[in-house]
Amino acid sequence: MNAILQHLVVLPIIVPLLCAAGMLFLPERRRAARVTLVLASAFIQLLIAIALLYLTSDAARFIWPEGVGVYAIGNWDAPYGIVLVVDRLSAVMLTLVAIVGFTTLIYAVARWDRPGQPFHSVFQLIMMGLNGAFLTGDLFNLFVFFEVLLAASYGLVLRGAGAVRTRNGMHYIAVNLVASLLFLIGVALIYGIAGTLNMADLAGRAATLSGEDRALFDAGVAILGVAFLVKAGSWPLNFWLPGAYSIAHAPVGAIFALMTKVGLYSILRVGTILGEDETLAAALLYLGLATLITGTIAILAAKHLARLVSFSVLVSMGILLAAFGLRIEALTGAIIFYMIVSVLTTSTFFMLTGMTDRTRIADPMVMPEDNPTAGSPVYMGYGVRQPSVYHDDGEVGIAIPAVMAFLGLMFVCCTLLVVGLPPMPGFVAKFALLSGALREVPDGPAAASWMFSATVLLSGLASLIALSRIGMRLFWSVAARETPRLRILEAAPVAALVVLCLTLGVAAGPVARYLDATARSLHQPDTYVRAVLAARSHDHEERP
Amino acid sequence: MEIVYAVVIGILAGSGVWLILRPRTFQVLLGLMLLSYAVNLFIFGMGRLVLHKAPVIAGSGPVDPAMYADPVPQALVLTAIVIGFATTALFLVVLIALRGLTGTDHVDGQEPAE
Repeated sequence: MNAILQHLVVLPIIVPLLCAAGMLFLPERRRAARVTLVLASAFIQLLIAIALLYLTSDAARFIWPEGVGVYAIGNWDAPYGIVLVVDRLSAVMLTLVAIVGFTTLIYAVARWDRPGQPFHSVFQLIMMGLNGAFLTGDLFNLFVFFEVLLAASYGLVLRGAGAVRTRNGMHYIAVNLVASLLFLIGVALIYGIAGTLNMADLAGRAATLSGEDRALFDAGVAILGVAFLVKAGSWPLNFWLPGAYSIAHAPVGAIFALMTKVGLYSILRVGTILGEDETLAAALLYLGLATLITGTIAILAAKHLARLVSFSVLVSMGILLAAFGLRIEALTGAIIFYMIVSVLTTSTFFMLTGMTDRTRIADPMVMPEDNPTAGSPVYMGYGVRQPSVYHDDGEVGIAIPAVMAFLGLMFVCCTLLVVGLPPMPGFVAKFALLSGALREVPDGPAAASWMFSATVLLSGLASLIALSRIGMRLFWSVAARETPRLRILEAAPVAALVVLCLTLGVAAGPVARYLDATARSLHQPDTYVRAVLAARSHDHEERP
Repeated sequence: MEIVYAVVIGILAGSGVWLILRPRTFQVLLGLMLLSYAVNLFIFGMGRLVLHKAPVIAGSGPVDPAMYADPVPQALVLTAIVIGFATTALFLVVLIALRGLTGTDHVDGQEPAE
């Protein structure tokens, strides 16, 4: 039994890969088969993620006694071969990917996956990249999975074509290519000094470095950190983010909500394993605060909902980076909780923008290239008619009644989530962050903690103002509005995510306890290191 | 040899950064390519420069690592080249699409106002 369960670790990578490859053999006209296949793949990933969540918890000690599962690919020994490692944080992130991926796919099936450009295979590849990045225990392998998810995201962000989309997409690609090169330089420097890329092995070697080697190693880690910060959307490396996120189609934006979190996850993972430096942490604090402040100002200035949601991504990243920069260990559980809430919030909100965009006859912000009559060279090249997402052409699902009431309710829920008001978990998460920041210091909170708390509260107020303004314009203005037809398939995922958020808010106690245990294991990397390096001897014992 | 190698990397990286900051899409593409060449050479150099030594360890029995070049950076470079090649090709397609859609090769999709 245990021998089979061990292989669960590699499945979150293999399942979407096989599914993406399988798409090649199913032509577009066999839509039912394609949709069934991708939904099955996402559902299997969800089941696997939940199983891993259970297996790494305290409740199941029979397979991985310390809650860290190590899978040596090809059975090559740990520091030399590439290992996949699942611990509590990885399991939480995998579950998050699976939940967001599954709901987004259901939403996309309603109208967003029309033929012309491959959606489903690319979507599976982005899930594979995300899962792989959260699982890998090797720095270069992390680079490879970053590239997988970025390459898939390039395809997704360009969906729908049009001049503005192509221009913003190109900016996005150029910035991320440069970030990838920085990543490579960092990895090469670390390898050149420490002679290993396995994260667990690095932890031991980094501690023994001194003098010139130490300086070069720190430089390598810092360059790596810059690459992570670009992905995480930290100021001043985030000017690509609103442009790329706000022009992406709604389901694409929903899955992109996870991508900035990959950068944060890498910072958390590499930072705790290598033992983060004080100066680097201080830099994170100020970068986070700068991200938060610029994001808040931008939210107040945003006129269109999709842009506002993109800026709210920046605000949440700013809060997370600054909280991590405070260097309070008790805060890490709250950071992970807020990260989960903000991913769910942003995904829900992006899906909602896809529906509210249709409520207005003359929406000034509907971009001209979404005009179905304007032919685009990409579609002409493929010899297909350009599909319009704003045009009611297919018949999937049935229209639901009381559309405006539903949209309004969802909008209010999302607003409460973003701003952090009860009864939504956004409130619990922000409260945990603030109380953690202000309480945990013996001789009273430091100036940084006060600064952090004040900025977080102010940004909440600003989000409330901006969202109320947009909400009034969207739902209360009588002029130029038509009630759209919504499909159950579109409405259900949004409602499901909101209900999930509500559950998270109600069951905040157990979730927070679990995440605190996650944070504790993150701050004791010894267990992780031991488990990875011990995998070798353990394996040899099992062999006959 | 190390000096020449370092100077080559420096020139490639410097030209690459300069080109990336230029306003024309093709210049940006060339800049990305030059920069990725520099990075690939840099990764290769991180395995230390050695001459006349094979990167793989053949046969069984005890081996002297000093007799061989480090194979890991070579494998890393290979991966980085493949990934860089694919992303460059993608960038080229986007570049041409943008040129076709806007009629200009400026990175912002429009000529700057005079």
